[in-house]
Amino acid sequence: MTSLATTEAEASARAEPRSSGRLVMASAVIVLVAWVLVPIYLLVVNALGSVAAVTAWPKALVPEFDLASLAFFANYAGVPRALLNSFLVAGLTMVLSIGLGAPAGYALARFRFPGANLFRLAVLMTRAFPLPLLALPLTVLFIRVGLDDTIIGLALVHTTLAMPFAVLIMASLFMSIPEELEEAAWTLGCSRLSAFRKVVLPLALPGIAAAGIFAFVISWNEVFAAAVLTIENKTLTAFLLQSLDVSPLPLKFAGGAVLIVPALLFLFAVRKYLFSLWGIANR
Amino acid sequence: MQRLLSSQKVLPYLLILPASLFLAAFFFVPFVQVVLAAFTSDDGFTFTHFRTMADDWKFMPALSNTLGLALVVVPIQITLALVMASLVTRLRRGRDVVLYVFTIPLGISDLAAGLIWFALLEQNGFLNSILYGLGIIPGPQNLLDYRNTAGLFVAVVIAEVWRATAIVLVILVAGLGLIPKEYDEAAEVFGAGPLKRFFLITLPLLRPSLQTALILRTILAFEVFAVVAVVAGNNLPVLMGETYAWQFDLQDHKVASAYAIVILAISLAFTVFFLWVLRDRTREAAA
Repeated sequence: MTSLATTEAEASARAEPRSSGRLVMASAVIVLVAWVLVPIYLLVVNALGSVAAVTAWPKALVPEFDLASLAFFANYAGVPRALLNSFLVAGLTMVLSIGLGAPAGYALARFRFPGANLFRLAVLMTRAFPLPLLALPLTVLFIRVGLDDTIIGLALVHTTLAMPFAVLIMASLFMSIPEELEEAAWTLGCSRLSAFRKVVLPLALPGIAAAGIFAFVISWNEVFAAAVLTIENKTLTAFLLQSLDVSPLPLKFAGGAVLIVPALLFLFAVRKYLFSLWGIANR
Repeated sequence: MQRLLSSQKVLPYLLILPASLFLAAFFFVPFVQVVLAAFTSDDGFTFTHFRTMADDWKFMPALSNTLGLALVVVPIQITLALVMASLVTRLRRGRDVVLYVFTIPLGISDLAAGLIWFALLEQNGFLNSILYGLGIIPGPQNLLDYRNTAGLFVAVVIAEVWRATAIVLVILVAGLGLIPKEYDEAAEVFGAGPLKRFFLITLPLLRPSLQTALILRTILAFEVFAVVAVVAGNNLPVLMGETYAWQFDLQDHKVASAYAIVILAISLAFTVFFLWVLRDRTREAAA
């Protein structure tokens, strides 16, 4: 406690002669914040402009709050369907990743068993591969089993992308919940399953939700596999990519804005977990 | 008791079984199939698909553009992320807000990032409008001219740095959190300045995180695709874009698989390279 107080006192004492240094630091932070936010703001200006404003010269830097571009986008042939498909694929990816990842994560967290390290390594190894490429052979396989151009087929590929994260996140999540709590429930007459349901699950739920949202965003944003695997049932990313050459500017920009909104909302929801998720996933 | 013990032995395997089966079916099997598709034809083993790939005039530009982009983009991202991480850790107020803003691009898909920078850089775009408003240029300039490969390259670099620095930042900030403050404070007591402390204390201790960030970002850089498709169209060929073109437009999944093998090979080569270059030499010396 005393050492903390002294370092704080020292810090404030140091701060005085270095106010010019702080000024440089503050301006650097402002520049970098602007570097991230201004491009997003300008896309929103485009998306909230009338069709004429989007193609005008020179461009206004403030949004008109005209919904014409967005309405044009929403009524463009194929868009509502693509939006729905994106949601369905991402939702299914979320469910699959949690459903497969949670039990595996629990096993890694609670049991020491031969093969645990091998399994962990196999999960980690998938991340050293450009996974969307695996969509190439799957096109052939999916045609054979009738999964070609389906929501389920694409969700399976996206789960390959998202599940390794889910396993590692859940493993550390369950590890952070004291085993003693579970053991206490057993001694009080709970089975392993009911102890899990009544004691572990409520504690793990926020983390599981965060991992699920992570999986959702991974799928929502994925372009290559979606574009390779879907023809009629395009997701929004596949639709936008394949209509790049033919779509007018307002459609592109409205599409881009619609694409980033859910991702940003979800990211905001899991911001608390972001660093622990990544810190863990990389060890 | 006996039953409990035996179930204790079996249970973990039952729990990892679904995930293992899934990875086998959707990771290992397709992986083998890519290799088979790339190296075989009806008469068995062949290099035909690789020859077709290499004979295409777009192959060499695609390879050099992809490698060139990674070579330019990744060092900029690592440097920028180090600057951002150092700034954030020194902030006394608003640390969480700034950190959140810095990580926003993490949630943005490469396609959307491409569209964002296209909105800025296109002929009637915001950059031209601002420069015109300031009286710097007389009228709209075509910054993304298809004949100007260097310009397209720079545009993709900017968009990629904007989009994917966040992931490096997150890894590095997580890594910085693991370094005990005492080292830095001790060095300060002995009179080391901020720069010296950064290069002699922080950077070496950050090596594991740097290694992870380098490997992950380099592999992802070789997968650059949608940003290029939006900003440069077909005028800046990259490996992933050519893979897509062979698979989807030319309907030849064998040549597409050959491209996939090339991407896999350079990803693997660079992973091994970084693991070796940034290996833990202190442990080696102790052993």
